[in-house]
Order: sequence, then structure tokens, then C-alpha cells
Amino acid sequence: MNETSLNHCILAIVCRRPEKVSGACPTFIAASQEEQQNICLLLARILGGIVHDLENGVYIIVKH
Amino acid sequence: MKAYLVVILVGLCLGFVDRCVMLRNDYRHYPTYPHGHLTHLAMGFIAAGLGAMVVPAISKPDYVAVTFLVLAAQEFRNIRNMERESLGKLDENKLIGRGQDYIEGIAKVFEARNYLCMSTALISSAVTHIWSWPLGIVAGLVCILLSLKWMAGRQLGEVIEISRGKLHFAGSLLMVDDVVIMNVGLPATREKILAEGLGIILHPQDDDARMTLDNIGQRMAIIYDVVSILGSKIEINETELHPIARKNPDKGYLALFIVPNEPDVESLIDIVKKVPLLESAQGIGLSSLAGRKAAD
Repeated sequence: MNETSLNHCILAIVCRRPEKVSGACPTFIAASQEEQQNICLLLARILGGIVHDLENGVYIIVKH
Repeated sequence: MKAYLVVILVGLCLGFVDRCVMLRNDYRHYPTYPHGHLTHLAMGFIAAGLGAMVVPAISKPDYVAVTFLVLAAQEFRNIRNMERESLGKLDENKLIGRGQDYIEGIAKVFEARNYLCMSTALISSAVTHIWSWPLGIVAGLVCILLSLKWMAGRQLGEVIEISRGKLHFAGSLLMVDDVVIMNVGLPATREKILAEGLGIILHPQDDDARMTLDNIGQRMAIIYDVVSILGSKIEINETELHPIARKNPDKGYLALFIVPNEPDVESLIDIVKKVPLLESAQGIGLSSLAGRKAAD
């Protein structure tokens, strides 16, 4: 299987407070917790990654 | 010629029976599918034939034939490569693979079984040639029993004890008792894991077993055996439910987490106990003086 993918990298960040994150990673800002979890779920399914909770209101998607 | 025919037949038959007895249909999906059966039986027949020819060739004497027999025996090294390649290819398309260590172990066993049936054929034909064919058959049967005993292999249950573990979350961290498994972000996934997941703790009995559980290949073998029997809810692109084994670095025990199709913890424990102890993973620290001193 010749497949190239980015593993063990943060593929996307989903947060509600933009001041909590910085850098070049794609960042999605959600208005509510429900929206945040929904975006996380969709991104995880699209990217084939896992949602991790940093416990400060920031969620990241990582492919392992 | 007739005398040699009996010698060869006794060796050939007992060597072939030895291979048949060692051929197993296994719940872990060893490649013993019908065509795999045929391949291995055919190779076993050839190996038994080679073993049975040695004694007549020497006693004739025909040393050229003996040399050719030794050359032919070398070909059996290819069996290991054949198994390694075929299992490695199959592994690529599995959601949860066996891992290189497990594949190497299986390949070695297949190679060794042919040498065993060659030895059985050689010994039984030698005894038939020197004494008589009934004694040759007895010698062959003894060889078969010995090869079954030697090739049985050890199981993980002999070196570890297993207890149930409690799945719980500390914040976003999934834990089995006090061992951290992974960070799970989504509340829905956490609820699913708590509702359907199973956790067990594998306690090593000594320092050698602790080293065995440290081996990644052995952990993959455990996970593969469990998943091949109980199933797993992992899917492509949905890898949160991937079975994971993580150790407690201070105490050495291993925690196994899985979300199986059949959530039966008793079966899970039984399966893990019967996982083969991989040769490449066996801890040998206690066999050295320094290791025994350090373990005090």
C-alpha cells in the first residue's frame, strides 16, 4: 500500500478561545461546546485521526 | 533392493505421519487453509523421503547420493522465507496485524517441523536397517512423541497472572486501574469505551516475564490473538477504539484495553493465557549471574 500520510503530527486544532493557540496549524474556532465537538468528530473522520482533549478548552486531531 | 524398500518405506511413512500430527488447524488463523495444508504435507513428504534415503545411501555405499541428499535438505530453509513472505503480505491488509516477531516465530516453527520429520524418518529407517521393521516403527513413534513434546512451545499463561482491570477516565485520560492508556477527546467516545470496553492487567511472575511483556512484538501477538477471536470495533479512519497494551513502568505489569465485538472478560483472560510465548521476546535476564544478583 503506497500511501503517504502525516502521522504523529497535529493535523488540526479546534478551540473556542483563539488566544489559547498560535502557530501554522489549521485552527477552527467554534462558538459553543456542541459545535466544537461536532467539528472535532467530523475532522477526525475526514482526516482519519483521533481527537485529543488538552483539558483547557482546546482539542487537537492527531493521526497515530 | 527389497530390504532397502522396507527401510525406506518405514522411514517415509513415519516421517510423513510425524508431519501430519504436527500440522494444526488453529483458531489463530495460521496459514493452514486447504492449500496451505497441501503445501506443507507435500513438503513433509519430501522431507520424510530425504530422511529415509540416507541410511540406504550410506550402506550401499553411495556417497554421491548422500551429498545430494544434504544439498536437497538445504532447500528446506526456503520454507521459512515462504511463510514469512506470505504472512507479511497478508499482514498488510489487516486492521490489526500480527507483527514481525509473531510472523518470524511462526515461520521458524514451520521450518523446524520439516527438520523434525526428516529426523524421524532417518532414525526409524536406521533402526529398521540395523534391527527390524517393528523396532523401526517403535523408534519412529517415540520420535513423534518427542517432537510433539519439544515443539509444543510455551504459553504466556505459564509466566504471568491475569486479573480484571477497571476502565475509567482521569480527566481525558483513559486508564486501566493506574495505567494510562491514551487521551480520548470526545465525550461520546468516552461513554462508548466505558460501556463496551474491557480492561485486564497482566502481572509478570518474575523479571524474565517482565522483560517478555516489555517486548512490542509480544504485545502485538497478544492483541492479534485477542482480536482474531473476540473481534474489535476498530474501523478504517476510526482508530479511537484500537486495542492498546501499555505497561506501568515502575511495577512492570501490563494493562490491555480493547473494545471487542464479544465483551466477555473470562474469554479474554483465557485467550491471553494461551498466547504463545514468542522465542524472540523471552526474557533471559535471570539465566545470567548478574541478572539473578540484580533481581535480589
